[in-house]
Amino acid sequence: MSILELVLEPLRYGFMVRALATTVTAAVVCALLSCWLVLIGWSLMGDAVSHAVLPGVVIAYIVGVPFAVGALVSGALAVALIGAIRDASRVKEDAAIGIVFTTLFALGLVLISVTPSQTDLNHIVFGNVLGVSAADVVQIVVLAAVALAALVVKRRDLTLYAFDPTHAHAIGIDPKRLGALLLGLLALTSVVASQVVGVILVVAMLIVPGATAYLLTDRFGRMLLIAPAMSALCAVVGIYLSYWLDASSGGLVVVVQGAVFGLVFLLGPRHGVAGRRLTRPRRRPAGTSPEEAAA
Amino acid sequence: MKPAIEVAGLSVHYGEVRALDDVSLRVSPGRVTGLIGMNGSGKSTLFKSIMGVIRPDRGSVLVAGATPAAARRRGLVGYVPQSEDVDRAFPVSVRDVAMMGRYGRLGFTRRARPQDRAAVARALDRVGLAEYADRQIGQLSGGQAKRVFLARGIAQDARILLLDEPFAGVDKRSEATIVRLLRELAAEGRTVLVSTHDLHALPRLADEAVVLLRRVVFHGTVSGALRPETLAPAFGVDVLAPERAA
Repeated sequence: MSILELVLEPLRYGFMVRALATTVTAAVVCALLSCWLVLIGWSLMGDAVSHAVLPGVVIAYIVGVPFAVGALVSGALAVALIGAIRDASRVKEDAAIGIVFTTLFALGLVLISVTPSQTDLNHIVFGNVLGVSAADVVQIVVLAAVALAALVVKRRDLTLYAFDPTHAHAIGIDPKRLGALLLGLLALTSVVASQVVGVILVVAMLIVPGATAYLLTDRFGRMLLIAPAMSALCAVVGIYLSYWLDASSGGLVVVVQGAVFGLVFLLGPRHGVAGRRLTRPRRRPAGTSPEEAAA
Repeated sequence: MKPAIEVAGLSVHYGEVRALDDVSLRVSPGRVTGLIGMNGSGKSTLFKSIMGVIRPDRGSVLVAGATPAAARRRGLVGYVPQSEDVDRAFPVSVRDVAMMGRYGRLGFTRRARPQDRAAVARALDRVGLAEYADRQIGQLSGGQAKRVFLARGIAQDARILLLDEPFAGVDKRSEATIVRLLRELAAEGRTVLVSTHDLHALPRLADEAVVLLRRVVFHGTVSGALRPETLAPAFGVDVLAPERAA
């Protein structure tokens, strides 16, 4: 079988085209968001919010409102609870996050188990990208477009927030509002991505691309291009692999992303382990300023 | 002269811990004021109160005669963070950081206009970092990194500059540059408030000094602040001896 056939054959199926479209869409939005999350140090928060949206999504399904509404409410509740436990008790933030997101996720599982017609909802947990309907595609694309637009328009403010929230405050830009915006977008993006890879694996798409790009460049603007491009490519490769290997599609997308991170970690020219070893003798003088060398 | 910063009866608690206790202070414009005290003496808390990051339990802060919130909206206050509070691995360039000083006057998306790029270029030139504009901030020495944040305050055209331990981890040459810049900025009529435990830099740097130990222990001339009988209670030991030896 030729390479062309390997690429074209799956495209004869509508479900494969929808799978590719939704996965690439989710991958791009998650990857953009991940650039800020890894720099702020919010990976664990990403994990928490992406799990904690589950009960909100289930209730939204039961009540018949869009998943995004339930996810936003549920995500906001999680963040509020984490903050309350951290501030009002001696429990530290990582423990507070662990308690809140597992409890809310578990509540979601309980709600799914008592809700009739559970098949749709189990897809949210484990992902079912090969089963997305045309209506799902529309919802995913609309939510992704909203998140994408917000991230692109407010990218400079979000970077300021990630880098120096005290300065933001000092010049009259409220860091709390920017933090809330980022968390809201996190909840929205979690809904988008959970339909593809499932709630359990969303966090990978929210961390791995940004971390990979961070190892490849010292320019945030370039991170914002590298992360989505890499993530989209991994999504396509993962979906194709899942077709030809007949294996979990969400799982393969994340495995491919993780493998690419591993390669960059080992071989990356700038910050890779091997690359650093090779260039170390040259890097020192290059990183030192003439002024400093003179002193 | 009208004070640039006026703190009256300020008290701040963190839980059970009293960080500031009935602090009253008037900081004049056109002067460099040194704020000295050991770790935990409340220097950072005082800065945060002036910026309005934390709300005081009691007392009031006026910045240029207005509330801290109003001063922030007008972009009056520039802040140079201490080294520990800066992620030097963050993927931003020297120019990017200086440009953040302009954000308060930019529109919704913070897209820079030609006059903002010009202001940033002038600010970087002034702190002697024009040729490093495209460097990632991790590729600078400690002193150069400090000057990037000073350039941000200059690009912001802040009337009041707060510097938190600007000489920590800074080589002598950069220290001299920073001292000269701060003197120039004060001569332009700006208010410069510098927290430091680097006492030997103080006589060249500051016009007046405030010694803080949760309350104002001393406020007056630098030589007065450096007298052992002033410093001993504030630091608990005679700190001048080891400082001079170093």
